[in-house]
Amino acid sequence: MSAPSDDRDKHWLVRAATIRKLWILFAAILAVTVLVQLAVPLHGHFGIDGWFGFPAAYGFLTCVAMVVGAKILGIFLKRKDSYYDD
Amino acid sequence: MIDALPPGLILILGALLIPATSGLVRQGLVLALPLLTLWAIWLVPDGVQATLPFFGYMLEPVEGSIVGRLFATVFTVMTLIGGLYAMNQARAVELAGAFGYAGSAVGVTFAGDLITMFVFWEIMAIGSTVVIWAAGTASAYAASMRYALVHIFGGVVLMVGVVGHIAETGSIDFVAMQADSLARWLILIGFLVNAGAPPFSAWLPDAYPEASPSGTVFLSAYTTKTAVFTLLVGFPGEQILVWVGLYMALYGIIYALLENDMRRILAYSIVNQVGFMVCGIGIGTEMALNGAASHAFAHIIYKALLLMSAGSVLMMTGKRKCTELGGLFQSMPVTAFCGIIGALAISSFPFTSGFVSKSMINQSAADLHLTFVWMMLTAASAGVFLHAGIKFPWFVFFQKDSGMRPPDPPLNMKLAMYVFAGLCILLGVWTDPLYAILPYPVDYVPYTGDHLVSQFQLLLFAGLAFFVMLPMMKRTETISLDLDWFYRRFFKAIGTEFTVRAGDHRQELEQAALARLGRFVEGLYRHHGPQGILARTWPTGSTVLWVAILLGVYVVIYYI
Repeated sequence: MSAPSDDRDKHWLVRAATIRKLWILFAAILAVTVLVQLAVPLHGHFGIDGWFGFPAAYGFLTCVAMVVGAKILGIFLKRKDSYYDD
Repeated sequence: MIDALPPGLILILGALLIPATSGLVRQGLVLALPLLTLWAIWLVPDGVQATLPFFGYMLEPVEGSIVGRLFATVFTVMTLIGGLYAMNQARAVELAGAFGYAGSAVGVTFAGDLITMFVFWEIMAIGSTVVIWAAGTASAYAASMRYALVHIFGGVVLMVGVVGHIAETGSIDFVAMQADSLARWLILIGFLVNAGAPPFSAWLPDAYPEASPSGTVFLSAYTTKTAVFTLLVGFPGEQILVWVGLYMALYGIIYALLENDMRRILAYSIVNQVGFMVCGIGIGTEMALNGAASHAFAHIIYKALLLMSAGSVLMMTGKRKCTELGGLFQSMPVTAFCGIIGALAISSFPFTSGFVSKSMINQSAADLHLTFVWMMLTAASAGVFLHAGIKFPWFVFFQKDSGMRPPDPPLNMKLAMYVFAGLCILLGVWTDPLYAILPYPVDYVPYTGDHLVSQFQLLLFAGLAFFVMLPMMKRTETISLDLDWFYRRFFKAIGTEFTVRAGDHRQELEQAALARLGRFVEGLYRHHGPQGILARTWPTGSTVLWVAILLGVYVVIYYI
């Protein structure tokens, strides 16, 4: 995202190259946690929770829903942080 | 007969000594008092150890129980490590308040009767108010007064309930009951006010973040978890608690997602975590109650750790808003590392304390085939990682670089964080010590392939959601309205409006009354004053003339 010349001054962890590698690593870990289900089958209690990749999909979708829900509620609930100050 | 003193008294009485000491003596006192209390706690055997006659009732100020000992232990450990964190930085009045507060929380856990419980419950309210107030800022003072009002209200509700319950049953024993009469409903509501349940959740994120860096650490531990303890003893299996708990768990997530103040994010997540415990108490099976109790134990430690990390950032930078922070991992590695451990533990990441405690609550919902409850708890578990597990460390230690390079805090604060970070991991990988002191025998194995895979999937994909949705999570300098708006704005506005209108009306009435009085005085003056017709001297001649005229008229009329 930043110019490479800026990048050299930065901490190694926040350089663009490192962040790209971290994303690749994260994607690989995500893939492994789902694929490992082939070896370790889930015994669901309700049926649906034993489906392939159910926890992954459920975790992702509920979080997206919560962020969107919070965003919508925020339209009505948010006030400047000096609201109660006077 | 008093043959055993409540262990909590060591902390309460010791708290009074703290302001009188300084330097090494105070440091020694801060560390010795909790250790002494811990020793006293484990000396109390099960059952009633002391009685005290009181207006015809027999109080039981010291009753040992498994669940009481569990909570008392973690309260005292918290006091010890919190004391270590605070001892060089906090004001004496804050330390004294915190120790009195902790001692009364320990007092509640040993209360065998409702009256003793209530007395310690109220001392807690005083101690905690002092802790908030000790921050010394105007906003802390205002918050401490709002906090005190909510807790006095909760205390009154609880007291009315206790009195009603005693009048109905004739018994003061603090044992399991059901919300089947008005009095017991009031007791339940009194407990729930302190747990941060709706509609009284807002006091917690309002007051706690206004305390000093160490004050918030103390506050996070006792009030809500004492409420969890009393619910666990008083209302296990009370069904409404399932729904109250679920509401709290989701409320905490939504508000934390909207929040900008790092310590308020963590305060909302206390409500969220206590929601899991309250839900577990509502489910009420042995595993669910074990889950609630062990989660309270684990929660006190990782939440204190998170707030120690946030408190260190606040102390070293003077800033508390996510919009002003970022990039601090570079110069505060210890604070960042310990904060991340706490964040993983609150998210129930495998190999941390949260994983082995909270799972029991979710498992108990699954065992009873409470599909909806399980789905909500699982969604909330994913949401914890979202709002506390990633959001807190990300916005404080990473995200954009704020340019600030403050060092890590002083040694005692770092040590406290290391100890609690160590405990978060230790309890997660070595479950036997915690499982051994739970209220019921534990028939649960957290580390199965099944559980690990599903938990990793759930949390890591929640993490993916965070980074995918990051543009939508950009922090703004805002707060979010809560139900406290009613007492901070609505009723205040109504009160102001009433005052203004009543003032106007009073003025009108006053002016009307003054005018009437003026007219009366004027009238009096006109008739009786120096020029008044009634005050004039009447010449005798004119009277004679009038009499003559009247007589003349009379004579004329007579002849006609």
